[in-house]
Amino acid sequence: MPSLDPSLDTLPKLLVHNASAFGSRPAMRHKDLGIWQTWTWAQVLDEVRAFSVGLAELGLKRGDKFTIIGSNRPRLYWAICAGQALGAIPVPVYADAVADEMAYVLAHAEVTLAVVEDQEQVDKVISIAEQLPQLSQVIYDEPRGLKDYNHARLTSFEDVQAIGRKKLAGDADCRQRWEAGLRRGAGKDLSVILYTSGTTGRSKGVMLTYENTIVSARNANAFDRLDEKEEVIAYLPLAWIGDYIFSYVQAYTAGYCVNCPEAQDTVVQDRREIGTTYAFAPPRVYENLLTITMVRMADASPLKRKVFDFFIGVARRWGEKILDRERVPLHVRLLYALGDFFVYGPLKNQFGLSRVRIGYTAGEAIGPELFRFYRGIGLNLKQLYGQTEASVYVTAQPDGKIYCDTVGQASPDVELKISDSGEVLYRSPGVFAGYYKDPEKTAEVLTPDGWVHTGDAGFFDPKNGQLKIIDRAKDVGRLKDGTVFAPKYIENKLKFYPNIREAVAIGSGRDFACAMINIDLTAVGSWAERNNVVYGSYQELAANPRVYDMIAQHIDEMNRSLAEEEVMAGAQIHRFLILHKELDPDDGELTRTQKLRRGHIIDRYSPLVEAFYNGSTDAQITTQVTFEDGHKGTIAARVAIRDLKPYPARAAKMERAA
Amino acid sequence: MRAPSSNETALGEVLLAVEEVSLSFGGVRALTGVSFDIRKGEIRAIIGPNGAGKTSMLNVVNGFYQPQSGRITFKGNVRNSMRPYAAARGGIARTFQNLALFRGMTTLDNILAGRALKMHRGFFWQLLRYGPALQEEVEHRRRVEEIIDFLEIAAIRKVQVGRLPYGLQKRVELGRALAMEPDLLLLDEPMAGMNLEEKEDMSRFIIDVNQQYGTTIALIEHDMGVVMDLSDRVVVLDYGRKIADGTPDEVKRDKDVIRAYLGETH
Repeated sequence: MPSLDPSLDTLPKLLVHNASAFGSRPAMRHKDLGIWQTWTWAQVLDEVRAFSVGLAELGLKRGDKFTIIGSNRPRLYWAICAGQALGAIPVPVYADAVADEMAYVLAHAEVTLAVVEDQEQVDKVISIAEQLPQLSQVIYDEPRGLKDYNHARLTSFEDVQAIGRKKLAGDADCRQRWEAGLRRGAGKDLSVILYTSGTTGRSKGVMLTYENTIVSARNANAFDRLDEKEEVIAYLPLAWIGDYIFSYVQAYTAGYCVNCPEAQDTVVQDRREIGTTYAFAPPRVYENLLTITMVRMADASPLKRKVFDFFIGVARRWGEKILDRERVPLHVRLLYALGDFFVYGPLKNQFGLSRVRIGYTAGEAIGPELFRFYRGIGLNLKQLYGQTEASVYVTAQPDGKIYCDTVGQASPDVELKISDSGEVLYRSPGVFAGYYKDPEKTAEVLTPDGWVHTGDAGFFDPKNGQLKIIDRAKDVGRLKDGTVFAPKYIENKLKFYPNIREAVAIGSGRDFACAMINIDLTAVGSWAERNNVVYGSYQELAANPRVYDMIAQHIDEMNRSLAEEEVMAGAQIHRFLILHKELDPDDGELTRTQKLRRGHIIDRYSPLVEAFYNGSTDAQITTQVTFEDGHKGTIAARVAIRDLKPYPARAAKMERAA
Repeated sequence: MRAPSSNETALGEVLLAVEEVSLSFGGVRALTGVSFDIRKGEIRAIIGPNGAGKTSMLNVVNGFYQPQSGRITFKGNVRNSMRPYAAARGGIARTFQNLALFRGMTTLDNILAGRALKMHRGFFWQLLRYGPALQEEVEHRRRVEEIIDFLEIAAIRKVQVGRLPYGLQKRVELGRALAMEPDLLLLDEPMAGMNLEEKEDMSRFIIDVNQQYGTTIALIEHDMGVVMDLSDRVVVLDYGRKIADGTPDEVKRDKDVIRAYLGETH
């Protein structure tokens, strides 16, 4: 059983406890050279201790900040704990951040030591070293390519552990001293600073105490009855609160095993090999899985396609009811069992989701169609609403009370209220200690009596009492005629189509709504191949009139479904265009967690936005782009604009009635 | 593109020397009295316009063609004829201009095939899958997995090679050549038909192979930018004759090279 002992109030203390409570159970796995390597809790303690003592020898001490940069590798997780055992504070940074972004965060957090994955990250840190006078040591995990580097301030992870092991072997008291130091940590101590990627402006360092994260994690474990037998796969950015809680704090509090994939592009295979029981992913991950499936199905034989379509139809109609244990006719049950054998089972197996007991989608609103699809094939997918400032959990859906348009009820120990302006506020033990070195911003968000402004507009659904999020409070606007315009709502509807990867809806303060579209290169590329459409680049494919036809059809369909909704009927898309380049975090168009930075996009593409409303049928646009290695170039294009005929709101209803 | 490394300042001993090699097919003279050397630890490029005899040169080096005259010294042993398998056994591995992979086999099996020469246990031991044969197999698989990790192709480990895009197939072929742990690696247009990103990836792998394993590399390449960035020394062929030999900078300034390769100004 996971321990709820309140004296275990820091993560290093939990590690020591776990090493004795479930010493021989697996704590971590990593696929290396094609084979899953396993570490038990006792072994993890040994690794962490050696590294931690080594860090102390290198001069890391209580209160120091150190950074972790890289993908999900066991050693990087150990490094977090090893530093915390000394009372130092980890500041994980997004591994794909360009050097400039990294420099800002590392300088702001006054980082003195960096633990990084490989040569790529070492290069990045070296390139910004001048701006970081406090940084004295860089430790790397993967030695490849670093042989000829100057090792004056550069050490390998193994060498640091070797220093630690030597010290531990040579000095009998060292071990006691290390444990005594670890016990000096307390729940109220600052445990981590996580920089939020921020949809606007500079990122802010969210300070969380041990108590914040541990109480939240324990509550979440109890809520979903998670224990040491769970298996999860760690593949989300280390610097994201979701991964920190889910792959680290919840694992340490429940005692379950965290699996690190071999590489970023083997996650699906690795998940399948491990058979995770608890999954946590932003909607994008589910979207991608579905897109891959749909593309493959389009290439399948007609018979297979027929079988697939038929049973997916059954799943759409009945799957959710069966999952929620409602009464359904016997023949439907039989049909569903058949579908499970032929389609749903194999499909879940392909996704690596066969053993998933609970799956969460979080980070962004999920398209209702997407949500229903997964629940239809029997995956217990639930929604969760969280924030870094809350140590993730604000609301979650309990089993059996799942609605695709809500985000659930308040998580344990969380109080919720809606302000007069419609903004959601919460108060909980997970509420952060403030933004690092930014009392002004802290005061804007955190009230003196502990309530946090989420910045999201929402309301409680009168039917089921669960929270419903409409949009970012500042994004919800109105068209000139007063119709409510919630861009994200429309975008999510559009993104359900596998051909549409990203959509930006525009309309606040305008006469009508318009949309800029990013096509999905995998899905549309495969369509192009089947239809003999020749293209050389994303830009060329995006400009193809037949691709425009296809997207126009999708938007038209969406307009029709909008027309049936009272509130949103007026916000149908009247005009759209397909962007000549993919939106990219390197150009500041998306955040590192892949959310749209709406304001920035509208500024950047203002000639296109203008063209929407002055009636032109195309527009010239030149944009600067940043390549992966950091150098900049420009792309110029003439982008065509298409008109669509919106559906009259009433007529749609009458048609249905007739 | 690359940090100045030790092998640019101090070149190693001569690994392979080609002296006065001539090769003709009937009346067509593919190579005429070509001499150059490849030193241990360097990246040596062979460039030249189409039909200059670059691939013929590589084929001579790894024993695929027998030159009519001339001498080749490899690791101190003089020879004027050699069979390809003997070259392979002697430590020369190569990739091909047009891929030569086993298309129906997986990435893993293709690379494992590169270890064939290193497998010493006989057929019956292999069947037994016990004792020394098993140990040997474990060792070979470990080496193959290291290469897969090195070339970042873990995601396609179990995919049939024939289903892979061209750029990845090239990478698998490089992997198979590396599996031989060669002393000299011959790459015949490793970047032909690749887009910019794939070229950059491939360049990085070539440099990494050279630095990490210390493998000597001789490559033929068309993309001048790549050649100049990558190689320590360049030899230029034109109509089967050597017209220049030296560092990329020297070669770039050479009048004959400019005329033959980069085009003449009129």
